[in-house]
Amino acid sequence: MSMLRFTKDHEYLRLDGDVATVGISDYAQVQLGDIVFVDLPKIGKKVTKGSELAVVESVKAASEVYAPVSGEVVEVNAELGEKPALVNDDPLAGGWLVKIRVENAGEVETLMDEAAYAGFVKTL
Amino acid sequence: MTAQPNHDGAPLAHLPLDALHRSLGARMAPFAGYDMPLQYASGIVSETLHTRQKAGVFDVSHMGQAILAGAGAARALESLTPGDLVGLAPGRMRYTQLLNEKGGVFDDLMVTRLPGVEERLLIVVNASRKLDDFALIRERLPQFDFIPLNRALIALQGPRAAAVLGALLPGAEDLPFMSWRAFEESVSSFFVSRSGYTGEDGFEISMRADRAELFVKALLENEDVAPAGLGARDALRLEAGLPLYGHDLDETTDPVEAGLAWSIGKRRRVEGGFPGFERIDAALRNGPPRLRVGLLPQTKAPVREGAILVSQSGEVAGHVTSGGFSPTLQRPIAMGYVAREYATPGVSLATELRGNRISLDVARLPFVAHRYFKA
Repeated sequence: MSMLRFTKDHEYLRLDGDVATVGISDYAQVQLGDIVFVDLPKIGKKVTKGSELAVVESVKAASEVYAPVSGEVVEVNAELGEKPALVNDDPLAGGWLVKIRVENAGEVETLMDEAAYAGFVKTL
Repeated sequence: MTAQPNHDGAPLAHLPLDALHRSLGARMAPFAGYDMPLQYASGIVSETLHTRQKAGVFDVSHMGQAILAGAGAARALESLTPGDLVGLAPGRMRYTQLLNEKGGVFDDLMVTRLPGVEERLLIVVNASRKLDDFALIRERLPQFDFIPLNRALIALQGPRAAAVLGALLPGAEDLPFMSWRAFEESVSSFFVSRSGYTGEDGFEISMRADRAELFVKALLENEDVAPAGLGARDALRLEAGLPLYGHDLDETTDPVEAGLAWSIGKRRRVEGGFPGFERIDAALRNGPPRLRVGLLPQTKAPVREGAILVSQSGEVAGHVTSGGFSPTLQRPIAMGYVAREYATPGVSLATELRGNRISLDVARLPFVAHRYFKA
């Protein structure tokens, strides 16, 4: 069964086996507003938890997306090249950004589950 | 994701329409010391397109409004600006700049000669500069009455603006471009000017702060009108090639290199009598060393303010002062200053964005044609 986790920086991660699908939360896409460009990493890039993974550009500004876990980028959402607004329309499914092969499953455990993230967002 | 920027903790001023903005679902953000609506629920792209297609209503009450009054006020204000203010007929307005001693832009502003026997000038200045502007005018022109106005200011912009406003204030739809009229309504007056900063036909309407909510609600009852925030206002003015103070204009910029020579009256070019005349005269005669130009990034990624521009041979050519995404053109657009040798449409420059080389073509301004009202 897949498992959804969130960071305090508003990335989400959905783990299937040892591959995590990563995107930004619904809260994050609302905060950013209309997304017009997504700069994705190259497949094969090694990332460490908290390092820059992607850049999401709204009309107003560029926002960095950080890797929620360490690992290797194994796939990117090429559809965003033509349709960056998928991140607004469907952040948790069609608007995913990157798939990472997770290096250390223990890092996933440090992230918030859906209920904890919902509580965290309420404090903002 | 990068955290949203926080303001520096200074208390923010609130607009008279603060409660209305929040009830309309505005996302508020600090700007020039005010808590301002950045966008509403429909978003910057939708608000920009709605303004181009129908009409957007913007709260610009953060801007500074004041009256300079007294015989000779226009002549005196010409000592601080290169605009022909003496030549303003009553009820007409003009765009000009307050200049520093070096001819740099202290602020840009609108000046209206109010109708009536007494000589009175209504000025509207940028929020971020208003305290400095007001102090400068008071200090330099102490012999005149200078009266800051604590009024709300609403911009209604777009092709439906005239019909919408005319239904509320009959006669407003016939105002010529760059002219001003007061409409007396119940207990207060509405100052209406046919002007704006979006490239569209439209109006700026000044009113007593306690009248603003009723007025804006009346505008919003018209289905052609949608609220639009600072984000859309910035996208619209960039598409229209209009410079924004603090970004495309500052105290190092002279009006000629900024592409604002059109706002310097013929008489003023001959007579001078404004700060920095020597520099501005030389720039008018010989061409300025650098010029504000449009830039079309040859990529889907927006190129932002501060990006350094280089020539094909790698020489530094200039820098970007405003950059973003054009909702109307559905592509990135930018403005910046480049050395004169590069200031020709079609010249290809480059910048670096996150480690990648991005080409930008110098382009003619505006990106989206102006549609000011011509009677």
